[in-house]
Amino acid sequence: MNAAVLDEDRGHGHGRTPSSAPGHGTGGPAAKRIIVGYGFWIFLISDIIMFSALFTAYAVLAPATADGPSARQIFDPDSVAIETACLLLSSFTCGMASIAASQRSQKWTQLALLVTGLLGFVFLLLELREFHGLVARGDGPGRSAFLTAFFTLVGCHGLHVTAGLLWLGTMMAQFYAKGFRRDIQYRYFCFSLFWHTLDIIWVAIFGLVYLVGLKL
Amino acid sequence: MSTPGGTRSDYDAGSNIHGDSAPGWESETHEGVRAAVRGYLVGLALATLLTVASFWAARTNLIYGPGVPIALVVLAIAQMGIHLVFFLHITTAPDNTNNVLALAFGVLIVFVLVFGTVWAMIHMNANMMPPMHHPPAGP
Amino acid sequence: MFGKLSWDAIPLDQPIPLGASVIVALVLCAVLAWVVAKGYFPYLWREWLTSVDHKRIGIMYCVLALVMLVRGFIDALMMRSQQALAFNAPGYLPPEHYDQIFSAHGTIMIFFVAMPFLIGLMNFAVPLQLGVRDVAFPTLNSVGFWLTAAGALLVNVSLFVGEFARTGWLPFPPLSELKYSPGVGVDYYLWSLQISGIGTLMTGINFVTTILKMRAPGMNYMRMPVFCWTALASSLLIVAAFPVLTATLAMLLLDRYVGFHFFTNTAGGNPMLFMNLIWAWGHPEVYILALPAFGIYSEVVACFSSKPLFGYRSMVIATLAICLISFTVWLHHFFTMGPGGDVNGFFGIMSMIIAVPTGVKIFNWLFTMYGGRVRMHTPMLWAVGFMVTFVIGGMTGVLLAMPPADFVLHNSLFLVAHFHNVIIGAVLFGAFAGYNYWFPKAFGFSLDERLGKAAFWFWFVGFYVAFMPLYVLGLEGMTRRMQHFSRPEWYPWVLIAGVGALLILCGIALQAAQLIVSIRTRARRRDPTGDPWDGRTLEWATSSPPPIYNFAVLPNVEHEEPYWGMKAKAREALRMSAEPRYEAIEMPRNSPTGFITAFFAVITGFSLIWHIWWLVVLGLAGAYATFVVFAWRDVVEFEIPAEEVARLDRANRVARAAALQEGATT
Repeated sequence: MNAAVLDEDRGHGHGRTPSSAPGHGTGGPAAKRIIVGYGFWIFLISDIIMFSALFTAYAVLAPATADGPSARQIFDPDSVAIETACLLLSSFTCGMASIAASQRSQKWTQLALLVTGLLGFVFLLLELREFHGLVARGDGPGRSAFLTAFFTLVGCHGLHVTAGLLWLGTMMAQFYAKGFRRDIQYRYFCFSLFWHTLDIIWVAIFGLVYLVGLKL
Repeated sequence: MSTPGGTRSDYDAGSNIHGDSAPGWESETHEGVRAAVRGYLVGLALATLLTVASFWAARTNLIYGPGVPIALVVLAIAQMGIHLVFFLHITTAPDNTNNVLALAFGVLIVFVLVFGTVWAMIHMNANMMPPMHHPPAGP
Repeated sequence: MFGKLSWDAIPLDQPIPLGASVIVALVLCAVLAWVVAKGYFPYLWREWLTSVDHKRIGIMYCVLALVMLVRGFIDALMMRSQQALAFNAPGYLPPEHYDQIFSAHGTIMIFFVAMPFLIGLMNFAVPLQLGVRDVAFPTLNSVGFWLTAAGALLVNVSLFVGEFARTGWLPFPPLSELKYSPGVGVDYYLWSLQISGIGTLMTGINFVTTILKMRAPGMNYMRMPVFCWTALASSLLIVAAFPVLTATLAMLLLDRYVGFHFFTNTAGGNPMLFMNLIWAWGHPEVYILALPAFGIYSEVVACFSSKPLFGYRSMVIATLAICLISFTVWLHHFFTMGPGGDVNGFFGIMSMIIAVPTGVKIFNWLFTMYGGRVRMHTPMLWAVGFMVTFVIGGMTGVLLAMPPADFVLHNSLFLVAHFHNVIIGAVLFGAFAGYNYWFPKAFGFSLDERLGKAAFWFWFVGFYVAFMPLYVLGLEGMTRRMQHFSRPEWYPWVLIAGVGALLILCGIALQAAQLIVSIRTRARRRDPTGDPWDGRTLEWATSSPPPIYNFAVLPNVEHEEPYWGMKAKAREALRMSAEPRYEAIEMPRNSPTGFITAFFAVITGFSLIWHIWWLVVLGLAGAYATFVVFAWRDVVEFEIPAEEVARLDRANRVARAAALQEGATT
């Protein structure tokens, strides 16, 4: 009978029919983990676009050194190399923490997170040292448009790293206090997405800002 | 994988019943901790290689000078790819389609924004900036 | 101690803002007193202010929009009256004040009327149309709304503490730099938009995730209502464009606060960079506004033509095409500022191309109406009014897209007429159509039709009388934002435009009357079944208003026009489908996070504007603390027992069964 056909498969949302093709979502609303992960991914895309606006400003303003120094005169490749190594290693240790968390090992998770945090902290210290040195020399962001754009782009990345470290500390506290509850795991995996993305942005910064700047 | 603690909560562990994977989440049918660690190690090794190559390219004389920025761009894009695949687990598998599409959309916008702006600004600067050090040559 | 803030900030010497502030303060106090006296506050707090329900958040967005529409319209009346009086005369608004009024008018109308109105309608309808219980991130939704409201509050505070920006609705440097705008006006503008911009970005993320990852079983992409497609496209644009706005305004803030040189005249700054970046956001912004409006028309036209929408696939493709192309046209906002022929040519051609998918949509709507049984209820009237009006506005847009023409018309009243033509014609008419269309679903009774139609006609005629003269004036050389003028040939047109504004005022008054009368006589227009318009999409399958969880059981979608299919089967069989198996439903708990975050956002914004640094720290600390408290929650959901679900659904089914039988016998 027609009317009865209407009532097949009326679950309360998890869907009984397997999806006929991925991404078409015919199985009903996706699982929470997928929703949280995807939503955070979209946020990261928006953050990448925000950085690209700052990159754009840098690309346009880089030649505008006014009477101040140019890139070649202020960039220190050794410091940048160490910063890059720190961030790359911290991405790795962040991945190790993900594995530890999926295995519900409190010891390894906390250890990996601690190392990640320390590496991030060293990165920030080096960056602050670089900024401080420039400002002390009178080559602060108010000196020229090039310096403005440089400080803003790299500084914004540094602010994101700082926020990431705050988040990391919170995650360590939450894992410690609440264990490996599902929602905490999902939060951590958003954090790891964030942290890896920051490293991707750093790749663009060290490659296209520092290295290109040193060469030109 | 079974769902711990009952099925009523929405945080269910059913990873692939909807044929979808969240970015950064490795498929739960992986072979274990070793394989996962290996994945990250490979990514770290490749990324390190590309980083060292970038620093080398910036200071060597072996590459034609004006070509160095392009080399750096290529190396940067390659390294971003390594990060995406090995750390963020973005793949071309069908369960990752939405994630790849979102990324592609973002990359497209970034390109349009950066190159569109730089193109327009080069022209505007040429036409509109006041003469700075050299008087304009010509009739 | 209080930074730049002192008693001088209150405009005791300026009668108009002072008077306005006093009136607003009195009205606010009266409303608050009434709420408290009647004991409504606990209810309001529990059910609305802390609500994470998309339906309630949607309604609050629309309320914000309507209130701000009145404020923005008063600004418009002041501008029109000033110009009507200022022929060879100073008028009554000195330039410093007039400049703030046109700046506030544009800022409020775009950011605090158009955006909230459409986002509110998206909030209300999209989860219902998708057949799901809520958006992906309900608490984030609440935070987004309250941050938008915080931005609106800050703009209005500038009326009585300090001043507003004088730089127009987009603050072009070098005028907006500290050197030429040393007051707090531009800072009010910047912080207000940064705060509400974060809220808007949250909305974009929420809706992209919801539409792509949460739909009823069986609803693949090609079965999604067109309104959901346009909501998706608009949300993708929000995610792509708003970060650019945030970055660009942040650059201007850095210039103003810490002496950076992004856009300054000295030390290598480049004001044209601001133009470029801000319009790279600004053009997608107008499509963020227009696309959901187009989606509303698709729903309304199909419903009131009693026919499926014509050309569903081409509608989807057109929507996505507009979404992508909208990112390649931004330079047409500054053709005259030096990019040169090649660059202008590219952007001009792209600007003309983007009219094509829009044209496809218009034809699809017309073909939907053709051969249908058209019922001219109020929403349909707005839709038809839109079709005529928007086509004219679109054509003037294509005209302006030609750089040679734009060189003559840039920044003239022709431009002003064009953008009001398209924004009012598409966005505002669409919002009104959606408001009338979904009102019965939201509140359980429909709006008065006669007053609705009268309001439409006053708006429609008023719009033409107010803005067609502006096209003429633009062609005659009158530029925008003129505080006074002396050319006699302009004067009659300015007067006619003033009359048009008064006609629109009547339209707004009639809308207010419509609302009041409808509430008072609501018993007559109750919606017992939940389907007052014989709708085609899933929101009409619920009761009016829907229960908090929307659907007792998530519907199974089997074809395009999901609800129509179900109804057709029921009508054919002359009975309802069998009663479903009811289960308990878990819904997210309400949360004060949004409201409290916004509270701290207002404090932070206000103290940043006035340079009260210690208060900035407190505000930020408060916002962070709120977030940590929220993140530490253990209980996030509450359960609605199956018996309650069953009771509510059965009541609705009884009403629907009765209507089904009645329909069969008439």
